[in-house]
Amino acid sequence: MKVGLFVTCLVDVARPGIGFAALKLLESAGCEVVVPATQTCCGQPGYNSGAREISRTLARKVLAEFKDCDYVVAPSGSCSGQVKASYAQDLFKDDPDRAEFEKLAAKWYELSDFLVNVLQVQSVPGRFEGTVTYHDSCSGLRELGVKMQPRFLLSMAGASVAEMAEAEKCCGFGGTFSIKLGEISTRMCENKCASARATGAKAIVGGDLGCLLNIEGRLRREGDHETKVLHFAQVIAGDG
Amino acid sequence: MQVQSMFFKRRASEKLADGLLQANMRKAKGKFVDARAKAVLEFGNWEPLRDYAAKLRDAALADLDAYLVEFERNATRRGSVVHWAETAEEACAIIVKIAQDNGVRKVTKSKSMVSEEVNLNERLEAAGVQVVETDLGEYILQLAHEPPSHIVAPAIHKSKEQVADLFTEAHGKPRITQIDALTREAREQLREHFLSADMGISGSNFLVAETGTTLTVTNEGNADLVTTIPRIHCVIAGIEKVIPTLEDFACLVRLLPRSAIGQSITNYLTLTTGVKGPGDADGPEQMHIVLVDAGRTKFVGTDLQEMLRCIRCGACMNHCPVYQNIGGHAYGWVYPGPMGSVLTPVYVGIENAGDLPNAATFCGECAVACPVKIPLPDLMRKLRERQFDGHLRPWSERVGLHAWGWLAMRPGLYAFATGWAARIGSWLGGRDGLIHSLPGLDGWTKGRDMPAPSGRTFRDLYRERQGKR
Ligand code: SF4
Repeated sequence: MKVGLFVTCLVDVARPGIGFAALKLLESAGCEVVVPATQTCCGQPGYNSGAREISRTLARKVLAEFKDCDYVVAPSGSCSGQVKASYAQDLFKDDPDRAEFEKLAAKWYELSDFLVNVLQVQSVPGRFEGTVTYHDSCSGLRELGVKMQPRFLLSMAGASVAEMAEAEKCCGFGGTFSIKLGEISTRMCENKCASARATGAKAIVGGDLGCLLNIEGRLRREGDHETKVLHFAQVIAGDG
Repeated sequence: MQVQSMFFKRRASEKLADGLLQANMRKAKGKFVDARAKAVLEFGNWEPLRDYAAKLRDAALADLDAYLVEFERNATRRGSVVHWAETAEEACAIIVKIAQDNGVRKVTKSKSMVSEEVNLNERLEAAGVQVVETDLGEYILQLAHEPPSHIVAPAIHKSKEQVADLFTEAHGKPRITQIDALTREAREQLREHFLSADMGISGSNFLVAETGTTLTVTNEGNADLVTTIPRIHCVIAGIEKVIPTLEDFACLVRLLPRSAIGQSITNYLTLTTGVKGPGDADGPEQMHIVLVDAGRTKFVGTDLQEMLRCIRCGACMNHCPVYQNIGGHAYGWVYPGPMGSVLTPVYVGIENAGDLPNAATFCGECAVACPVKIPLPDLMRKLRERQFDGHLRPWSERVGLHAWGWLAMRPGLYAFATGWAARIGSWLGGRDGLIHSLPGLDGWTKGRDMPAPSGRTFRDLYRERQGKR
């Protein structure tokens, strides 16, 4: 089974460790993983900024790079949402290539969803002692139905998950929103950090690096250097 | 209401700093969201109902012109006079003229957002007519000289203590703060106005084409008094409010109060059809219905048409994390939250409300909550596309996007650039791995640190690893 790994632009630049954790998880589950070297970005930043044509061009590039894979997996609900919910349904809705994008969407999975629902893994390499709290990222949750999958995997690794209040509430990241409307974004993140901290968990875990950088950035600014902020892939791969 | 949407950012930051507002908003949030969730759960078959309602609204909008004419025909048959207003200005002129022709000195009003939209109160007052808002929230705001901050609960941004202060000053009675006592006090004040008004003005939630009926959903029953006691009743409503049949209303009324405040049904459903007939105990001698366009047709036939499905329940703003934190006034016009971020730019011109479509993280909560399934984030994105294509965003943003798009299509160059970005970022992060401030990114770094990149890109490290294998 040939599985393409879509690393995501953010993981590539900021936290390569998450990419390697994903790689390790897929490989240890027996997948043949390919990582197309030319991959860059799914186009979402452009798409959500109104630059439709730019995002269409990038979508075509993604299609070309992953066309030959049996599956494609990304450690991000946001990028996966872009591919699964926006390419065929919006960007290429009236395009002759729509069917191609539908095929891509059908074989594309967010990492936790893939591990749980396609590979049906029964164990994970990582061990985590202690309590974590899980932040549900918006796209993964609302566009892809990612909710129990990461929690299930975390408990496989031995972590106990303490639910925070309003776990499904947006952390305020929103891509360029976090800069364009920084004050509002910061307040939203402040609320998120408060809910997370109230659980007493020693790590805040999520599935999207954008949210995680936002939350970590706010925690540190508030002077909290203790609480870890981790991608679930790192935790369950044992790289946390 | 004067458009202030161009000052969204500034207003939002004032609201974020307003401790009292923040406390009031926090209290309100739970109430709406939890109540709706409970009502939806109890109802059970919610999603099919939403699907059905969306289709029903689309069907009405697809033949909007025909249904409006049918409505006019049936309303006229029942003795109402239907007026057509293309602009806000025209709507006001029509109503002021009705008042003047009939020697109206006092008007009682039940809640109407369209009347806020067209500045009706101001216009009537300028013509020497006294206007009394009778919805409790609107009454409070009239005393405070403030516009509504929510389409269903207009005074949601006020605490009961603030209301008590307003009442003490206006009514000259001892200060009380219990909500039921405050309500009773307002009721006593309003009673006399209900009885002495010459004209009642109401909004309308739905216009029923097959019967010529206007429908109003309230919890206070004030609409009943406004529509039946005065000798003239005037309805002001947007043209998109028309629905083909009463049967359709039966579906929509299941959704509306549940989505708005988690109620299975409102206390009052006021259906008004024509004037007082022979043998009727009460009802107006004249009934006027002013159908307002004021920008609505700008949606028709465009990729934003779905917005006209809106039944004004307010669920989108109740669930919006941006609205929850800044309140309705920050948006600078009548319609706040996600629905306002689509309506306002189209009604008042996108150049006057450029921040609104961008004031969203696209978290999607609004789209999930909307009872008529309006894809609000998608519509906001379409407005962003108009801004991008029309060069209406700052040039730096435009250039940035083009540069990013260009680079992302050139993997070699992209690898080179991101390789350096990772290295420089890591260096900037210093020992604690945190960037505390960065020019150009101060929107982020003012309130948060930027966790620094770890130093090498995945791509570099992966190539190295493959080389070793
Ligand atoms: S857009 Fe939807 S959720 Fe918002 S007010 Fe209109 S009907 Fe209600």
